[in-house]
Amino acid sequence: MTHIQKRLLRERLAKYAMQGSGIIITGSLFFIVGTILYKGLPYLNWQMVSESPKGGFYIGKEGGILNAILGSLYLASLSTALATLIGIPIAIYLDVYAKSGSFLVRTCKLLFDVLFGIPSIVYGAIAFSIMVWLGIRASLLGGVITITLLTIPIVVRTIDELLKTIPIDLKHVTFSLGTTRWETARMMLRYIRPGIFTAILLAFGRAIGDVAGVLLTTGFSDNLPQYLDEPAATLPLAIFFQLSSPIPEVQGRAYASALVLTFIILFIVICTHILASKQKKHKI
Amino acid sequence: MYPHPSIKTEETQNLAALNSAGVVPVATPHIEIKDLNVFIEGNHILKNINLSIPNNSVTSIIGPSGCGKTTLLKTLNRLVDDNKGVTVKGSVLVNGEDIYAPGAEVTHIRKKMGLLSQKPFPLPMSIFDNVAYGPRIHGERNKTVLRGIVETQLRNVGLWDEVKDRLESSATRLSIGQQQRLCLARGLAVKPEIILGDESTSALDPISTQTIENLLIDLKSDYTIILVTHILRQARRVSDYIIFVYNGEIVEFGKTEDVLLNPKNEITQQYVKGFIS
Repeated sequence: MTHIQKRLLRERLAKYAMQGSGIIITGSLFFIVGTILYKGLPYLNWQMVSESPKGGFYIGKEGGILNAILGSLYLASLSTALATLIGIPIAIYLDVYAKSGSFLVRTCKLLFDVLFGIPSIVYGAIAFSIMVWLGIRASLLGGVITITLLTIPIVVRTIDELLKTIPIDLKHVTFSLGTTRWETARMMLRYIRPGIFTAILLAFGRAIGDVAGVLLTTGFSDNLPQYLDEPAATLPLAIFFQLSSPIPEVQGRAYASALVLTFIILFIVICTHILASKQKKHKI
Repeated sequence: MYPHPSIKTEETQNLAALNSAGVVPVATPHIEIKDLNVFIEGNHILKNINLSIPNNSVTSIIGPSGCGKTTLLKTLNRLVDDNKGVTVKGSVLVNGEDIYAPGAEVTHIRKKMGLLSQKPFPLPMSIFDNVAYGPRIHGERNKTVLRGIVETQLRNVGLWDEVKDRLESSATRLSIGQQQRLCLARGLAVKPEIILGDESTSALDPISTQTIENLLIDLKSDYTIILVTHILRQARRVSDYIIFVYNGEIVEFGKTEDVLLNPKNEITQQYVKGFIS
């Protein structure tokens, strides 16, 4: 085999490996979505998404999961909003204000990396012990705080990576026009705006899909969430409870709930893409 | 357009002293650098720089790659502060005011100096907003005034007729030469006194390069212009004075024809003849 033949063989092998893993992953995703659709679609009806659980819900009779849909939406939106409001300034401070490469910056970034990887049950357990100490019971607020803490590292690290992609010229150009660091930071945010939506999307996805973080802190309730200081239902927990039931109808509802959760995420993803593409007007 | 305060007698004397050493040409200094030393992460980048840069003229900084040209330029508007682990010793006086004095206001200093970077970098906004950005952050809110500034500056750089019908379209749609002129207009809109160019034509085609060079020559009646360039012919075409930097030190500073045609120093001679680069 000549040298060029070897190189071409390697090229082909690399291509097959990539195609292979692509097919496996896409295939399993289709399998997951297919299973949810196959098992959940027969149980998905208007009652399911428009009513809260009635008396016989857990034995497969009437009622729906509106409590969990609303609970999850409230929880995820509030936590994502809070995490964005807190996370963006942190990322800006670390990248624009703090001296680059300083001990503070390095330590903070390392800590955020660690926090990024900590499983949500740890956040839940810590928040729960604090809530016990303060005498607060499981509530929507408890969940919002826990999930906010869980998603802040996601926002900070994603925005930080985005800020790193900005050419140094942007800083130099704006600074030499006599901007303050805050004005330069705003221009940097403008530059990465499409990416900020991705950061928010990632945070939202983690927030709405989390079970362990809300298990201890948010509790569960069959009522529609109305107050921050009351327990609230969430979709992932609703799925978990329904799947644990021995009754096939209730298990089917678990898949229907999963389908609803998937639709919500799909809807959010589409919205994010539309919003992000509108921001690209002046993109360099 | 922007009057500079008259020089004090003391500065004139300093200038005369330097002159006798054959270092500085006769002119009104706009920027004076005294005993400047710059260290970046422990490396001594600029060594004992003493310079008086005359106003209303073009001064080019030339020298081989990595000799400290750009650092010298960025020391003038304190962009060098942005580097990791940087220490600046000595003083840089702009109109007699030390920009490295403790408590010196960086924002105000930088506003005085427009920067034209290596590659044109339009801000991610429309053509109009690019030029209006500077005046806006400095407090200009009146739309008529802003329109006036945008038109004047775009005319100044000869871009108005090319873009007047698409001021709202994205600045990135312009050709690279147009973008560089837009960047110049954006810099001029904040009324600087000094224009700093960091190899500003290196990304441009020959025709755009010529346009920018001619603009700079036209602008020197109103501004003090300092350019970093590695193209000797460009330095010869546009500049009145040349600073030759080698290994972080100023080897020669003088009128363009003196430095390029009759360099006094042997290293300058070798550089000008192309033996070192």
